[in-house]
Amino acid sequence: MQRIIKISFLITLFFIIGVFFIGLNKDANYNTISLVGKKISNINLEHFEDNTFYKDNDLKKNNYTLINFWASWCAPCRDEHPLLIQLSKEKNLKILGINFKDKKNQADKFLNDLGNPYDFLAKDEQGKHSVIFGIYGIPESILVNKDLVILKKFVGPLSFEDISNIIKIIN
Amino acid sequence: MISNFGNLLLSLNIFLSFVIIYCALKCLKTSGKLISKTIYQISTLQSTIIIICFFTLVAAFIISDFSLTTVYQNSHTLKPTFYKIAGTWGNHEGSLLLWVIILTIFSFLFLVFTKKHPKEFRIFTLIIQNILIVGFLFFILFNSNPFSVLSPIPIEGLGLNPILQDPALAIHPPLLYIGFVGSSIYFSAAMASLLTNYSHTSFAHSIKNWVLISWCFQSLGILVGSIWAYYELGWGGFWFWDPVENVSLLPWFAMTALFHSLIVFEKRGLFYFWVITLCLLTFILSVTGTFLVRSGILNSVHTFASDPARGIYILLFLTLMIFTSIFLFFKKYKKENYDLNPNSKETFILVNNWFMIFYLITIFLGTIYPIFTDVITGSKISVGPPFYNMVILPIVAIFLLVMTIGPKVKWIKERFENFKNYLFILLGSILINFLIVFLFKSYSVLSNLIIISALFLIISSLLDAVKSLKNKKIDFAQIISHASFGFLVLFIGLNNIFSIEKDYNIKLGETKNFSNYSIKLQNLELEEYSNYKAIIGELEIINTKTSKKNILRPEIRIYDNPQTLTYEAAIKTSILKDYYLTMSNIDRSEYYNIKFQKKPLMIWIWISVIMIVFGGFLRFFQNAKNN
Amino acid sequence: MKFKLILLIFFFKCSFLYGVEKPIDQNNIYKNLRCLVCQGQSIADSNSDFAQTIKLVVKDQVSAGKSEKEIYNFLVEKYGEWIVYKPPLNKTNFLLWFIPYLSFFLGGLLIFLIIRKSKQNKR
Repeated sequence: MQRIIKISFLITLFFIIGVFFIGLNKDANYNTISLVGKKISNINLEHFEDNTFYKDNDLKKNNYTLINFWASWCAPCRDEHPLLIQLSKEKNLKILGINFKDKKNQADKFLNDLGNPYDFLAKDEQGKHSVIFGIYGIPESILVNKDLVILKKFVGPLSFEDISNIIKIIN
Repeated sequence: MISNFGNLLLSLNIFLSFVIIYCALKCLKTSGKLISKTIYQISTLQSTIIIICFFTLVAAFIISDFSLTTVYQNSHTLKPTFYKIAGTWGNHEGSLLLWVIILTIFSFLFLVFTKKHPKEFRIFTLIIQNILIVGFLFFILFNSNPFSVLSPIPIEGLGLNPILQDPALAIHPPLLYIGFVGSSIYFSAAMASLLTNYSHTSFAHSIKNWVLISWCFQSLGILVGSIWAYYELGWGGFWFWDPVENVSLLPWFAMTALFHSLIVFEKRGLFYFWVITLCLLTFILSVTGTFLVRSGILNSVHTFASDPARGIYILLFLTLMIFTSIFLFFKKYKKENYDLNPNSKETFILVNNWFMIFYLITIFLGTIYPIFTDVITGSKISVGPPFYNMVILPIVAIFLLVMTIGPKVKWIKERFENFKNYLFILLGSILINFLIVFLFKSYSVLSNLIIISALFLIISSLLDAVKSLKNKKIDFAQIISHASFGFLVLFIGLNNIFSIEKDYNIKLGETKNFSNYSIKLQNLELEEYSNYKAIIGELEIINTKTSKKNILRPEIRIYDNPQTLTYEAAIKTSILKDYYLTMSNIDRSEYYNIKFQKKPLMIWIWISVIMIVFGGFLRFFQNAKNN
Repeated sequence: MKFKLILLIFFFKCSFLYGVEKPIDQNNIYKNLRCLVCQGQSIADSNSDFAQTIKLVVKDQVSAGKSEKEIYNFLVEKYGEWIVYKPPLNKTNFLLWFIPYLSFFLGGLLIFLIIRKSKQNKR
């Protein structure tokens, strides 16, 4: 009996220390990149210009939609904007831009200066709608398919690699 | 130059440790009961040199010698001198030097104060302690060297973070380390005791004051950390079950269990191997805690900057420590014959230990569990206050009841004549509790139980004190500590139940009303100071029931070097409650977000902990006098 | 040892202590949510943009009559389990909730056995 206790105790200890060793290589910071596969629903976004609303069905008409949260006051959004312009040329992809906690005139200026890659443009003045998409910072982008299933999440500004990945997926 | 001098001293200390180990081994072989003078002399030299080494680092901070990487990263010419000095140990490398100082000085002091104990036991304690010292010195020299140099020499340092310039935070590490690191000496003593088969009850005598001192300082360190969190961090709480906090609490439970078990061991010779286990466990938990906090493996409010090599080294050192001690323990373990009566003080102390270990396992598990889920399943989870509160609080209620009865039970056999008295006190506690409910407001069943059991402990202790005054045979230390613990739980409970928190977005001139209060943002001032600008909000709090007015001035501070934003809480402390107000700006809006809190009895929470520690120091001085 | 039995029964009944019905406390919900962009702060304590947004959303849901559980479930679905401070009881976290109580039980058992052995030794 004593032997069993001693041995199981030692094994537990080995196990714990082993996990600690492996855990050292893991990143303690959290991101939501792995939260793919879920469906987005209950979309009710106010159109940027008028008082109409975008709903789920509007996005289901597209093969693929890239949902991009941006704002004029966000510096990294400027960095990724040229890449969005590049993506807007893709045939199989529509881009929905959601202007986040911004002022209309400043957002307009941003798009006038840097170009407008968005097929659809919405606004989220209080930021509440971003939660439905699982957004926690900007810029953040989500690639969804016809059924509004999340294929990929991009936290932070898009990179060249991200763009090639997107192009690969939609073709 | 300072760097070379510091490195020289560090290397010298490694050399001296080896010399001590060598001389100690030689001394073992000689006959005679005395330890040679040489060893004393070298130990004195060792302590002196490490102290000089430490002061060298302090000097480097004071004169802002930025050729040293540590000084560059953690200091700044504009820092007040007091905080320059405190900055010495407020960083990873410097704090490790503090570790080694305590290891060294305790090694020397233990040697000096245990003259009445067997030579072999003292020698082995010295040897093992010095092995620990060497381990840490190697770590410092090759991985975390406070004297490592930077080239070219920067003109100015980086370390001007205003949140860290606080008196409570300055003394927090030294206090805590005397606890954490102080436990090393009874780790070494326990190993020595196993090696030399020193299982006589006088072994308890050799370590009990060390356990007490480390316990007292550990408690003070935790207290000061909580006070800092309350006054500086701006969320109005003092305990968050953050990994760094949990890690300081784990050795505390082991220490508490230990000195209670030592009482049993000393008096009746029981549980030797359990005492040894606790001695080993305490320091192992300290080093485990250091690993968890400094390796970056956990996400926490106040982790130091992390570096993977650091984590690997500490983990290897920890693994070696653990397996060496376990191996020795298994080798020397002999079955004990227990002579235990269920109605005896020994049983109650065992029950105390049982609860302590429960708290320890729960908190340890909660802290490291996210690591396991991440490594094994890849999913990341958070374990926070709801978990700890749910699991621990119900047990605390029972614990307080046991804690009340335990100390009064006699050794060996108790005849429970006092049962009627307990019943009366319990009734009294229940009455007072319901008086509170009646006068103020009702609260959850669990809170009721905790308040009742806390009152039970308090009333019982106070009655004890009164009774023993007549007999003149009081155990003041025990009564003060136990009663204060009861008070602590009571005050935390009441504080929790009766706290009010309100969160508003308010703009200048607006008033918000709720229950008995109205808050008005009267004024906003912009003030400029030498190293920061402050937006000071003037908020008038009116207690609509009593018409009492209070003005609180929370600040938003904008520092330019480094560019940080801090929120200074406005706290008005009085005997019965604290008003706590923080204000923050909302980006791109004229509104400000204010959090108003009324926190009853805050100051009594701090006082309770101080009284608990006071009891410990009292016991320490009593022991010292009796020697 | 009837005393131990009573303790055990009392403590399993503890679950009812938390079933007390009380009106939904917004602040409590904020405290139980973790801020994703901060280092170890709750939504209640954080001044970050993200925290402000979540507070608004929670306020809306509370007004819409959602229960605490529904709100946590909603946020977990969007942000993962990391966002709640109380780990849900499922296959992965089962041990977290189980081991403390198990150790409590084993500790009690151990003491019981020790006392029984002492009694046997006396005979």
